[in-house]
Amino acid sequence: MDLTLIPLLAVLVSLVAVVPIMLSSSRPNLREFWTILAAVIKFGLVLLLLPGALEGNSVEIHLVDLAPGLPLALKADPLGVFFAVIASGLWIFTSFYSIGYVRGAGEHKQTRYFASFAVCLSATIGIAFSANLITFILFYEMLTVATYPLVIHNEKKEAVDAGRKYLAFTLTAGLLLVAASALVYHYTGTIDFAPGGVFGDVTLPHNTMLILFILFLGAVGVKAGIMPLQSWLPAAMAAPTPVSALLHAVAVVKSGVFAVTRVVGYVFGVDVMGDYGLNDILIVLAGFTIIVASLIAFNQDNLKRRLAYSTVGHLSYIVLGVALLTPTGITGGIMHIAAHATMKITLFFCAGAIYVNLHRTEISNLDGIAKVMPWTMGAFVIGSMGLAGIPPINGFFSKWNLALGALEGDMILPVVVLVVSGMLNVGYFFPILYRAYFKPGIGLEKYGEASPLMVVPIVITAALSVLFGLFPNLFFGFFDLAVDISTSLFNSGSP
Amino acid sequence: MIESHLPAYIALTFVLFSVLIPVFGLWKSELSQPLAVLGAGIAAGFSLFGFFDVINDGAIRYYFGGWEPPVGIEFVYDGLSAFFVLVINAVAFFVLIHSHHISKREFPGKEMPYYSLAMLMLLGFNGMILTGDLFNLYVFLEIASLAGYALIAIGDKPAPYAAFRYLIIGTAGGTLYLLGVGYMYTVTGTLNIIDMAAMLPMLYESNAVFAALILMIVGIGVKAALFPMHGWLPDSYTYASSSSTALVAPIGTKVAAYILFRIILWLFGIEITDAVAPISYIVGVLACIGILYGSIMAIAQSEMKRMLAYSSVSQIGYIIMGLSLANPWGFAGALLHVLNHAVMKACLFMISGQLRLKEGHSDMSRFDDSYRKKYPWTMASFTIAAISMIGLPPLAGFFSKWYLVLETIDNSNWLFLVVILISSLLNAVYFFRVLEKVYMMDPSKGQKKPKDGEYSEPKASMMIPTSILAISLIVIGFANALIVGVLLNIFPF
Repeated sequence: MDLTLIPLLAVLVSLVAVVPIMLSSSRPNLREFWTILAAVIKFGLVLLLLPGALEGNSVEIHLVDLAPGLPLALKADPLGVFFAVIASGLWIFTSFYSIGYVRGAGEHKQTRYFASFAVCLSATIGIAFSANLITFILFYEMLTVATYPLVIHNEKKEAVDAGRKYLAFTLTAGLLLVAASALVYHYTGTIDFAPGGVFGDVTLPHNTMLILFILFLGAVGVKAGIMPLQSWLPAAMAAPTPVSALLHAVAVVKSGVFAVTRVVGYVFGVDVMGDYGLNDILIVLAGFTIIVASLIAFNQDNLKRRLAYSTVGHLSYIVLGVALLTPTGITGGIMHIAAHATMKITLFFCAGAIYVNLHRTEISNLDGIAKVMPWTMGAFVIGSMGLAGIPPINGFFSKWNLALGALEGDMILPVVVLVVSGMLNVGYFFPILYRAYFKPGIGLEKYGEASPLMVVPIVITAALSVLFGLFPNLFFGFFDLAVDISTSLFNSGSP
Repeated sequence: MIESHLPAYIALTFVLFSVLIPVFGLWKSELSQPLAVLGAGIAAGFSLFGFFDVINDGAIRYYFGGWEPPVGIEFVYDGLSAFFVLVINAVAFFVLIHSHHISKREFPGKEMPYYSLAMLMLLGFNGMILTGDLFNLYVFLEIASLAGYALIAIGDKPAPYAAFRYLIIGTAGGTLYLLGVGYMYTVTGTLNIIDMAAMLPMLYESNAVFAALILMIVGIGVKAALFPMHGWLPDSYTYASSSSTALVAPIGTKVAAYILFRIILWLFGIEITDAVAPISYIVGVLACIGILYGSIMAIAQSEMKRMLAYSSVSQIGYIIMGLSLANPWGFAGALLHVLNHAVMKACLFMISGQLRLKEGHSDMSRFDDSYRKKYPWTMASFTIAAISMIGLPPLAGFFSKWYLVLETIDNSNWLFLVVILISSLLNAVYFFRVLEKVYMMDPSKGQKKPKDGEYSEPKASMMIPTSILAISLIVIGFANALIVGVLLNIFPF
């Protein structure tokens, strides 16, 4: 079967779906049907690419020249497919959940909401499949613009401020990316992503390389929430919860860490990173972020904000894994993209269900809710324990690989960071569980479990977290894929 | 046969229509606007035809009446002039279609003189671009300027003052230019650009040539609103009638930029320009200051037209910056930005005109979220143009900046690079501010529910040009590799 067009179609499906979504704004059921349809088709298309990716093949398509010699090109390589499967797969659950959420919460401007969501997904898949930096910039900026209406969705003062902050951070990042890409083009004459990097035989003065790396770090570090560039993320929690769930746990922030992976593995390359000592910067920043974000999470009484800081910390797990520059470390980092996605989306889904059902957002108000929302809180237990790294949930599995990767590189400090952070994770999640399960609830008599449209996705994502933890290769051979990707980064010299 | 006379036809079309409009307009005033559209349309058609002709077959040197220079008058129709003529005539065509209802509202009964003047101004612009002779250029400059002063004086109450100020400053600029031409004539004995360019290498470090260069750059800099000679622009653009602003703003300063291109790259050549002092770098730095100054001032405005006017000061800076880089990609980026900015600014000023027509004002502090319901398509066009101004891909505005960024890096010109990046952010500030107002409730005013409004888009004669320009920004974005490929061939050395 000819797969050439599949990456393009996968990107376009949800973009095209915007039109029927907008047109059926007065008929909510039809409108949501389009969203679900697009989500399912998109996932199906991405799955078609998976067998090839498992064999290490890429599907490439050149569309037009955006600038002379710089084509708009898509390339579904194994890493791209890995990310695309996660993003598009979780979009299906989020879509069902969104319907339950926005209707339950009586949100306004639902058409804008679903339309923006669809554009975001197109941009995310575009980011996953970008073959070169200019295509990447295009989708990266598109994601920024499309997320903005979602962040400001409720149009209250807090949300508007969050939106401005978000734009200030992400647009600046976009410009740094433009500058960095132009510099790469200037020095190497190419901007195509390649395993092992674009520099080849080109050597640059140490300081030039350092500046270039810092530019890239600024560009991708914002969406990846690397401290000190993380402050937009907790602010963006003003968005409706499904947005936080998919975008601020999966699509946007994972585009950030995905971009870190691209930059480290496919622009600079493992060798250049190591030779110039660039990975040390990344390890320090990531380690710092992991610890500090976890500490800040303790202080947050708002459930979503606590989750946001937890996200900041866990994103840096991935960054750390990639920065280790050892095969197992990178595998662990890549696996954590998937692991954190399923666990954090579960937690955000839970937060949203609690909000819609009980109208509670603060952790201090969650006493005794496990009695009325047993399924939701059960899923919460799984997600939070997984993030803390308790086996057999998938968070343990990726963390194990990260620790092994650090030891492989004879580095002890990252292991210490991982262990400490695991304890901190337990520390900030446990009070929530304690309140929900062991404290007596007040005024909960008339409430029951949230709508099935929300609970079913919650349970499924929680179950996925466990299944992936037990059998990492159960679905789609994910673990093998991650291993292949990370090996390919080291063998690029001798294809 | 028609090819060889094309340059003359383009200019003569405007002469013809500037006469036809009074003739028919005296009989039936409402015929003025359609005639003006027809005139601009015919000229745009010739320009399009001519552009491809020049790209395929090379430049045309046209001698009026067969008299060769130095005796006769020469038009030089090469890649650069063909490109500029095409851009300004095409944009003028759309703006003139759009102006129908605005002219009826803002200056009823004065359509005939207005459109006749518009034709004269376009004649001046086209003449400046096409002529191959420095003195003729001055003549066309004055034709365009005089018509322009009159067009700007039609408008709000302070418009005549703004126009008068422009007249004083503009005349000073024109005179400085003429002085420069005088110096050049004394030294070389010719006014023909091509002849003069051939002689200049022998006068490598002549003081007269250097003085002439400075005089010409300053004089034309006034017309191009190059910082710090931009003072006339904000008032003029703000107070003039919406249709005048939409006509003058996208193309007026571009024509002046064209003259700078012609003088610096063709007449003097970059080596002579920089022989005595690093003129091109100084011009580039001025452009940078203008870019930042214009953007910051734009943020400070609450009147939409004034904001757009300051934004023009900023955007012309990009074009001049590309010129000062004086290498193929910078040149291509600058020319692409000429096209982009003409389309974006025309679109934005047309939208401000539509809002003035419908709401009676274009004061952004009074915009609210009912606009989203009342003018969905106008606001969609605004959004596209705004995002393109900010420079996000895949819209046209991104690519001109991309080429400029590439070139600043090639020249290791970090100052310019930083300016481009900062200015994009500043652009984002003043455009997203409007988008916020239009698409969102205003919580600071205690608004709890989205405002509703009846759909009340203006007539198709306004909607269609605006939408076409907005859509063309997307098209230009995707087709820019093609356009830039052509533009690179125009670069003189």
